[in-house]
Amino acid sequence: MSSTVETTTEIKPFHFEVSDDQLEDLKLRIGATRWPSKELVEDRSQGVQLETLQKLARYWETDYDWRKVEQKLNALAQFTTEIDGVEIHFIHVKSAHENALPLIMTHGWPGSIIEPLETIGPLTDPTARGGEADDAFDLVLPSLPGYGFSGEPKELGWNVGRIAQAWSELMRRLGYTRYVAQGGDVGASVTDQMCRQAPKGLVGIHTNLLVTGLAGGEHTSNTEEEKAAVAALATFRASGFGYFLEQATRPQTIGYGLLDSPVALAAWMLDHDTDAYYKITSAFVDGEPSGNLTRDHILDNITLYWLTGTGASAARSYWENGQAQAAAQAAGQTPPPASLPSGFTQFPGEIFRAPRTWVEQGYPNLLYFHEADKGGHFAAWEEPELFSTEIQAAFRPLREAAATN
Amino acid sequence: MATVDTTTKIRPFHVDVSEEARDDLRHRIEAGRLPSKELVEDRTQGVQLATIQKLADYWASDYDMGRVEARLNALPQFIAEIDGVDVHFIHVRSEHEDALPLIMTHGWPGSVIEMLDAIAPLTDPTAHGGSAEDGFHMVVPSLPGYGFSSEPKELGWDLGRTARAWAELMRRLGYTRYVAQGGDVGAGVTDAMGRQAPEELIGIHTNLLVPALSGTMPTNTDEERAAAAQIATFQQSGNGYFVEMATRPQTIGYALLDSPIALAAWILDHDTDAYYKIAGAFVDGQPSGNLTRDHILDNITLYWLTGTGASTARSYWEAYGPDAPAAGRPPLPPPSIPFAFTTFPGEIWRTPRSWVDASYPNVIYFNEVDKGGHFAAWEEPELFSEELRAAFRSLRDEGRSS
Repeated sequence: MSSTVETTTEIKPFHFEVSDDQLEDLKLRIGATRWPSKELVEDRSQGVQLETLQKLARYWETDYDWRKVEQKLNALAQFTTEIDGVEIHFIHVKSAHENALPLIMTHGWPGSIIEPLETIGPLTDPTARGGEADDAFDLVLPSLPGYGFSGEPKELGWNVGRIAQAWSELMRRLGYTRYVAQGGDVGASVTDQMCRQAPKGLVGIHTNLLVTGLAGGEHTSNTEEEKAAVAALATFRASGFGYFLEQATRPQTIGYGLLDSPVALAAWMLDHDTDAYYKITSAFVDGEPSGNLTRDHILDNITLYWLTGTGASAARSYWENGQAQAAAQAAGQTPPPASLPSGFTQFPGEIFRAPRTWVEQGYPNLLYFHEADKGGHFAAWEEPELFSTEIQAAFRPLREAAATN
Repeated sequence: MATVDTTTKIRPFHVDVSEEARDDLRHRIEAGRLPSKELVEDRTQGVQLATIQKLADYWASDYDMGRVEARLNALPQFIAEIDGVDVHFIHVRSEHEDALPLIMTHGWPGSVIEMLDAIAPLTDPTAHGGSAEDGFHMVVPSLPGYGFSSEPKELGWDLGRTARAWAELMRRLGYTRYVAQGGDVGAGVTDAMGRQAPEELIGIHTNLLVPALSGTMPTNTDEERAAAAQIATFQQSGNGYFVEMATRPQTIGYALLDSPIALAAWILDHDTDAYYKIAGAFVDGQPSGNLTRDHILDNITLYWLTGTGASTARSYWEAYGPDAPAAGRPPLPPPSIPFAFTTFPGEIWRTPRSWVDASYPNVIYFNEVDKGGHFAAWEEPELFSEELRAAFRSLRDEGRSS
């Protein structure tokens, strides 16, 4: 009884309004950019192409308006609460539907709470979009420690396992006794950890990046599909891994560029997976965005990183995970089993298309698997409607289980 | 005829930096937006905030932005267009009659700045404790895409192509019997020259054992196992910069062109030994040898003023990247010409003699010295010069007797 009172008082409403000076400084810096010469190739194989970044910079400096997304964020219920020494920022949107299932959904890198914004409507208010009231969710969207409006960890040890513990504490504070969790990218790692920790109240998870595949776990490579996934991962490790390695080993070093130069920040964030890179390039160079990955939405995310100055602290989260993995490896530890009901959606543009067999090997208690026909690494961001449909389908069996209990 | 023809292709060069460029640099340093402090007390998360803050303070307030210009213009500099690239080089001839021509190549994140204080001891040994017979004619080029050399405009400038350009440069200078030296990327170029073995090249010396980076070396002795462990550490936690430049040079290039602070951090985040020595110079006022604050900033300022962060990073893409034209191409067989090596104790790994013997069939010189690291020529120019004299001495004798 007393603990409920105590904890709810620790949740404070949050509102963000940047100063005009900060926006002006950003534009001045973009305008003063000193550019390198053009890359010597006609594709992304040397990195983010000059034309892409110049088009992005021009739009950012002259047409883009941060105030729009700021208003959008401030129209949502946002809070902060201190957990384990870090001020955690989160959006909390409760559904009007009575039996809504609480869902904590975690973004990744180079993402933020900007990624899932357009899924809030479909997930919390399905009937407005032709869906069923029974598919509604109460949505909790936290900012990872060191990302966006969450505080930066002031001490070592904030790996995905510790974040997972913080998330279950957050759900407890919010009074949720039966909830599910979802994530892609780093958010998938956090969600995977939650599944293995199996805190009281968590009844199932869904991810859209197969963490166990990325970690190089023991997966079969017999079928064409499996071989293709192995090859895609090998390509990623051979040529797409620089940002990952740098952040996992020297986050402070790259952090200087990410704090001091808007174009350096934009380039570093664009240089993620091949599919997303070309989609974003197309939005800026050809004016043809893929789904919801529009110029404004892409810049909402980059500008959030800039205004919060979180390039270095976000990069440090990779370092923490690298340390945790190395320590576990050195100690010969294998992670606890992922025994909770698990759902997975394969989006075709992802770094590797996780075959169903791999998902079953990673999550033996698989309750949902589906291959979507569009979308990529940033599935919630790029295809919010389709993504929401997947989340609804994935967790439907868990609602029925509750109803029959 | 040929001599006349080639000399016309070499033109004198003079560095000229505008006041505007210096002011812009100072302004950008002062306007630097810095991240929060790293969460560790060592370099394991990267270049430490205190180091960068001290460096930035000194750079903006005390450092003389005209130093690079003055130091370089005090030396005879030239440009020669070779294979489509304007190659910048310093050319200092010894006054000693039998001086041996030497082409010495810097690496990354270096430049000709690294070599400047080795030029006098090598060209004028009698003024630096050596004998007249130890004189060298010095050719110190800037790698394509580095410093005042121009940027390649087409793909394919791997180490082998640079090595061929160097042989052409020495030919144009009229040198018919010369040696080559290098560390870091310069060791890669020098190694490639040895393998290509142009007729006039009679021997090479390196201070980084290039084959150990790609090949398997014996691990039978304690010394060998220690070196292998150092390489493993480097590959596990110290080669982020290497992989990024070998795969996405353009991406990191934006930071290196737009932010002096980002450039300084990226350049400082090299090997552990050099990092702590440089941090020592800025934070504790205790430089190691010639690695003083001014000398370190001369090099970083050169990168900034020439805007070559991206083009230098591209040289890694060409040399080591999986998507480069040279990727997967087997190296030429090891050089049969005389090979010399010096182990400097602070290098990324301390090369055992056995590894040198396993890599090169014709080793004429090996020595392990008691100080200096990855940037040996820069940090310990006198000691480094003594090593080169000793390494190449036997080749001079052969030249005289034949």
